[in-house]
Amino acid sequence: MSKPLITTVDLSVHFTIGKGIFAKQILKAVDGVSLSIEQGSFFGLVGESGSGKTTLGRALLKAAPISEGSARYEDEDVSLDLGSLEGAALKDYRKRAQLIFQDPYAALSPRMTVRDIIAEPLEVMGLTKTRAETDARVREIAEKCRLNLEHLRRFPHAFSGGQRQRISIARALVCGPQFIVADESVAALDVSIQADVLNLLKEIQNEMGLTFLFISHDLSVVAHTCDHVAVMYLGRLVETAPTRELFAEPRHPYTRALFSAIPSLDPDDRGSAQKLEGEIPSPTNQPSGCKFHTRCPHVIDRCRSQEPELEKSGGEHAVACHRWKELLAVPA
Amino acid sequence: MSALIDVENLTLQFRTDEGLITAVDDVSFSVARGEVMGLVGESGSGKSVTAKALMHLNARNAVYSPESKITLHTETGPIDVLALKRPKDLQVVRGGAISMIFQEPMASFAPAISIGKQMVEQLQMHSDMSRKKAQEVSIEMLDRVGISDPSKRFDQYAFELSGGMRQRAMIAMALSTRPQLLIADEPTTALDVTIQAQVIDLMKDLVAEFHMGIVFITHDLGVVAQTADKVAVMYLGRLVEEGPVRPVIRTPAHPYTQGLLAALPKLDNLDEPLTPVPGDIPSPLERPPGCVFNTRCSKVVGPECMSVLPTAHAVEDGHTASCHIYRTEAKA
Repeated sequence: MSKPLITTVDLSVHFTIGKGIFAKQILKAVDGVSLSIEQGSFFGLVGESGSGKTTLGRALLKAAPISEGSARYEDEDVSLDLGSLEGAALKDYRKRAQLIFQDPYAALSPRMTVRDIIAEPLEVMGLTKTRAETDARVREIAEKCRLNLEHLRRFPHAFSGGQRQRISIARALVCGPQFIVADESVAALDVSIQADVLNLLKEIQNEMGLTFLFISHDLSVVAHTCDHVAVMYLGRLVETAPTRELFAEPRHPYTRALFSAIPSLDPDDRGSAQKLEGEIPSPTNQPSGCKFHTRCPHVIDRCRSQEPELEKSGGEHAVACHRWKELLAVPA
Repeated sequence: MSALIDVENLTLQFRTDEGLITAVDDVSFSVARGEVMGLVGESGSGKSVTAKALMHLNARNAVYSPESKITLHTETGPIDVLALKRPKDLQVVRGGAISMIFQEPMASFAPAISIGKQMVEQLQMHSDMSRKKAQEVSIEMLDRVGISDPSKRFDQYAFELSGGMRQRAMIAMALSTRPQLLIADEPTTALDVTIQAQVIDLMKDLVAEFHMGIVFITHDLGVVAQTADKVAVMYLGRLVEEGPVRPVIRTPAHPYTQGLLAALPKLDNLDEPLTPVPGDIPSPLERPPGCVFNTRCSKVVGPECMSVLPTAHAVEDGHTASCHIYRTEAKA
């Protein structure tokens, strides 16, 4: 087991919304999340919209404020406490941690050439001294991301979604980061292209020894790319496990429901899935006890009053449910 | 089953500054009452343009070829949709006999008018209902699609509803005029899997109840397998494969459909590598001669792929594919 690159302990991100002392509400986007992401791993973070996965990703990049708890980044050279990071140390962290966005159409400036887009981080961070050096670096990374060098002079509008996403990836990689947050990076792509971008990400990760936090709502994509998966619901981690274990035996009722909601490719297997009623509650008005109890098919009184902790359930598998042991007997 | 809509030799080009762009090329299909047709293809394949043509709803720079014919069989007799010119005549089709639901419900509702007012407005436009009666029908419809507290929702605005609720309201609005054909353009793409499963269930119930035909546009083959009776696969404006859902999903005949299915991450075998369809869909300005798929096809059989447009070949009863593979086999 290699050592963790990112470690969080009870990490929370709370936002205050509304003005005045009476109208104030606290929005708990991320609430007491403890996880560790090992160096060189492809860590998947799964959940519905509103579960706080993007906010968690941003907090780890120091792009969202950390309200409580701690997050640490530790590589061979530095050990940083993300909560108190500022000034020169924060600038240094930006070289080590980068983000790939969801929508490749919105993420690239239409007025910059592909070369300028990829070169910008180098210039902003002062990583290269001469133009020739910048060009050489841009070319090297563009080749790695399977971009045609002819294309560097063109503007983003000339490219398809898949090509644009490869440009985004090149931009994130150009400053030589250790840690990459990929936020729904294939969600906007067609299936035929999606597989290509996923393969590219895996290839780059193997080659450069990077660590990925891969945020996605698509379990089948996560299953094929990640080595470890964490499932989030309403700001809390509800289950975390190595991918194979999670997919072989999902233990939290929410994870099980997510699995059964994936439309089956078998036309004769219609409507057999166990459907989840209702929608994710508002994060400003969270249910008491277990956050999932309003939609859980196995709810008992205890769930309504007492919040379950994320507890080890054998090996690296951890689940936050009062009843997971009993539910093992119930077929998913 | 009697045909509800017949599309024959639909060819549609757009007049642009760069010249005539072919969006749909010689497409024919028909949908019967109570039948769900899945229309599949990646972005740029022409599926939305085809669907809009059914209502003669494409932009003014659209040019239909003289051979194009769309016939809608209503209770009062057949209507030649493309011959309709005046807005008043078109109204019988648009929102009357045919309704459409869109991918992004937030963008489809007017933000400053309440949901109820929008529903009443279109009901009054398409029938001689009084305002009071229209309100009753609308609230009943909201209730039918599973919106809780419908009389309260009636007075709310689109931003006050969650994504899943908005899509339900959209469906309620589309169905309140009792259309005979419903066009659903990626209705679940913007939704979470758990909500997607709910909306798919709802749509299946509604087909049975209202006995209408549905053209279900999607790029998700899982969704097609779960909803459709038959499938039409489009690529670059051509219909490349068509048939009942089981054979198309289980034994796809066209290399493009085969590629799409292979690119899909599957949960039952995590070790299987993802195989993307190589390359990108060409720009409609650079349509390749011969078979439109020849730039990405892994099964090119000979020079005819590059020069001769393949015609539909019946692989089995009702299942056709346009590919030279079958012509070669027939010769040999």
